[in-house]
Formats: sequence, C-alpha cells, structure tokens
Amino acid sequence: MDPVEIRAPHTLQRPQATTNDGPVTHTISPIVTGTSVLAFKYKDGIMMAADCLGSYGSMARYRNERRLMPVGESTLVGMSGDISDYQHMKHTMENIMTQEYDMDDGQRMGTKSIYKCMSKIMYNRRCKADPLWNMYVVAGVDNGEKVLGYVDLLGTTYESSTIATGFGQHLAQPILRRRVEGREDEITEEEAVTIINDCMRVMFYRDARAFNKLTRGKITAQGVEITEPYSLETSWDFAESIVGYGA
Amino acid sequence: MTQLKPGEVSLGTTIMAVQFNGGVVIGADSRTTTGSYIANRVTDKLTKVHDRIYCCRSGSAADTQAVADVVAYHLELYTAQHGEEPTVKVAASLFQQICYQNKNNLSAGIIVAGWDKVDGTSVYEIPLGGSIHKQNFALGGSGSVYIYGYCDKTFRPNMTKEECVEFVRSSVSLAMTRDGSSGGVIRLAVITEDNVERIFVPGNQLPPQYLG
Repeated sequence: MDPVEIRAPHTLQRPQATTNDGPVTHTISPIVTGTSVLAFKYKDGIMMAADCLGSYGSMARYRNERRLMPVGESTLVGMSGDISDYQHMKHTMENIMTQEYDMDDGQRMGTKSIYKCMSKIMYNRRCKADPLWNMYVVAGVDNGEKVLGYVDLLGTTYESSTIATGFGQHLAQPILRRRVEGREDEITEEEAVTIINDCMRVMFYRDARAFNKLTRGKITAQGVEITEPYSLETSWDFAESIVGYGA
Repeated sequence: MTQLKPGEVSLGTTIMAVQFNGGVVIGADSRTTTGSYIANRVTDKLTKVHDRIYCCRSGSAADTQAVADVVAYHLELYTAQHGEEPTVKVAASLFQQICYQNKNNLSAGIIVAGWDKVDGTSVYEIPLGGSIHKQNFALGGSGSVYIYGYCDKTFRPNMTKEECVEFVRSSVSLAMTRDGSSGGVIRLAVITEDNVERIFVPGNQLPPQYLG
C-alpha cells in the first residue's frame, strides 16, 4: 500500500512570531527521547550499551525501548535523541539493506559504508533545516578493522576508540578514556563488561533521564549480539549515615 | 511541542487501553474543551476504524478525527485489496505514518487497540512526535499523568476480562476527578474475536473515591 500522506501545501506556514520572509524551517523539538549511549573498542571488537527508556520530557514514559539496533550482520548502531526519528531511520536502513541484498551481487554493506550512508542522510536533513534529531553511534568490524564512529543531527562525524553521547560525554567519557585508551587490543570481554557496567551505573546515579534497565551489545567479527534487558546493582547504604546538611 | 491553535477544540482527555487474554478493554472520558468551556460533555472518543480495531483519541479533536477518518477509509479498502482483514499492527502503522510525516502540523496522541487473527490482541500507543510503542497497557491524554502511579501499582499481566474492565473504570474515574480537561461519563469497550461490547458509566455513577 502506498504511504498515506496528508500534507498542507508547503507554502502554508504555521503562524510564526517572526515577520521576516526567511526560509521555511520545520525543525521541531524532540518529544519522546532516549538518553546516552556508550561504546568503546576492546580486544574482540566493540562493546556498546544504552538504557531502555523513552522519556517524554521529564517523565519516564516508555520503559521497554531498544536503542541498540543491528544493521545488517556487520554493524551495531546505538541511538540517542528523538525516538520517532530513530524509528524512521531504522526503517530507512532496513530498506537500504534489503535493496542491497536484492542486488545479489555477492557484496554486503560493511560498517564503513553504513556509517557513511547514515552520515550523508543526517547531514542532508540538517541542510534542509529539518534534522533527524538523533545522535548515533555506529560500530562494527570491517575487514578485521574495528570501526567506531559518531554522527548527529548536525551531520557532525568523528571516530574514536571511545564514544559517548549526551550526559555520557561528561560522566562516562573520562572513565572510558582512562580505562580503555591505549589498551583497545588487550581488554578482554569480561573486563569490557565490567567497564561498561561501571559507566552505566554512574549514568544512572547522575543522569535524571536515565533508567536502571539496560541492554548491552557487542559487535565482533562473528557478528552482532545484543543482551536482553538487565539491571545493575546500586549502592545506597552509605546514605543512611548522612543526616542534615551541615549547619 | 505542538501547541493547540487559539480557539482550537481539544480532547483534554483521559484514554486507556489494557490487553487481557482473548481481548482488549479500552476506555475514555467524554469531555471536549475549548479553553475552559466544555464544548461537548458526552463525546465518544473511542473511534471504530475497523470491525475489531478501535482507536482512543487525545489532543486536537479536529486533527484526530481527520486522521482517524483517513485510516478508517484505508482499512475499509484493505480487505478488498489484500484478500484478508487488516491487523491491528497495520492500523497502528497507518496512524503512525500520518502522525510522523505531519508531526509539525498535528496535535494528536492516539492509542490503537484491537483483535486480529494473526497477533490476537494488541495495544499500540502513538504519542505526539509520531513514534510507535507496543505495550501491554497504554495511558494517554492530559488526565493520564494523575494515574500513572495507580496503574503501575494495580496492573498485572494476564488479568481476566472483568478485572481489566474494573481496572480501566477505576483508573479513568480517578483521572477524571482530578483533571479539569477530563470528565463527563466513562465510555468503555471490550474488543474480542467475537464482538465489541460497549459499556457506559454515567457521570453520576462513578466508582466511589475520596473527594474531600
């Protein structure tokens, strides 16, 4: 069935406060959102984690969202930001992967290609002042090489051995840099799980839009594996001994 | 967030859908407001889009009626075009496509619920931005914020039909009493494979609660 569209003519604009005849913009603030995504390179590939929350403003509304998605067999993508735009990107990438499969030419899109494809989509939407309000973390192993990149609503891209979005940039990135940088090929899977859980725990303690139910994914040469949702142990006992505020 | 235009009629609202084994119970209040004037005190917000697929509408009355009309039209054609009844997933997807593509111009929060022979019962919520969320039970509308705590405490998976009806009735009633944009009567519908049973609770027969 063809997609249904009700569109007002593009010349009809919502009443704006501004009186100038500037360009038509459609930017709208995000509504249902996901918070941080963390990812880093380790010995076998890349480990990534994100919690299962879709926030509606400050409300923890949807508590079973999956913000880690596989793209093809080679790539794991984590998303922050608007969930409706993420669902749109998910469909778009699934369609692209299907078209690639249908071409039946013996080629499969690797992580670098998927990363570039998503980056182009994001930048072009930004240029139309109608962004997909997301920050994506794209990870995979491409011909033996570990690829870990970031692309966001502005079309900004960068690659690094540790990546975090949102609050994670402030809370988790310093931890990741200290514990991962320089040792990407030494860290075992067990240690990687510990590192990522420690960082996600800090996120839960200090990010008001986080939730203690998360999924963890790993991408290795063998492919993508994403865990079922789980919760972290947290420590609050020490709080009992804190009384008053110091006066 | 998309704002209602001045003078636009709003389905202030409390809407809810809860799935049980073999069916789904949907419920809503009946108040439609223009600012603080109640334009319609007996609204039916439970809108049929297909024989066993209903939607609960919140947000702009005009927007949700327009969108529901388009979806109902497409679902009516679906059986002739595809040789089988549309699933709730198809209906929810249609709503989602319209709400997402027109996110800047619509103010619509919709819950789609029903029965089909492929997936049995399903409840989908489509909030303001046009994202879609499949859930065991869904709350929507301005009144819903007052009952999240009550619902989280009371809901259990695999309730019976009677327990679900009671759950929806008591939740909507609590929301209606506290939310100025919700009120009137409670309309419920129980959708199963066999039929759609409508239940009506007049405004003077709401379940007892503390009103002090």
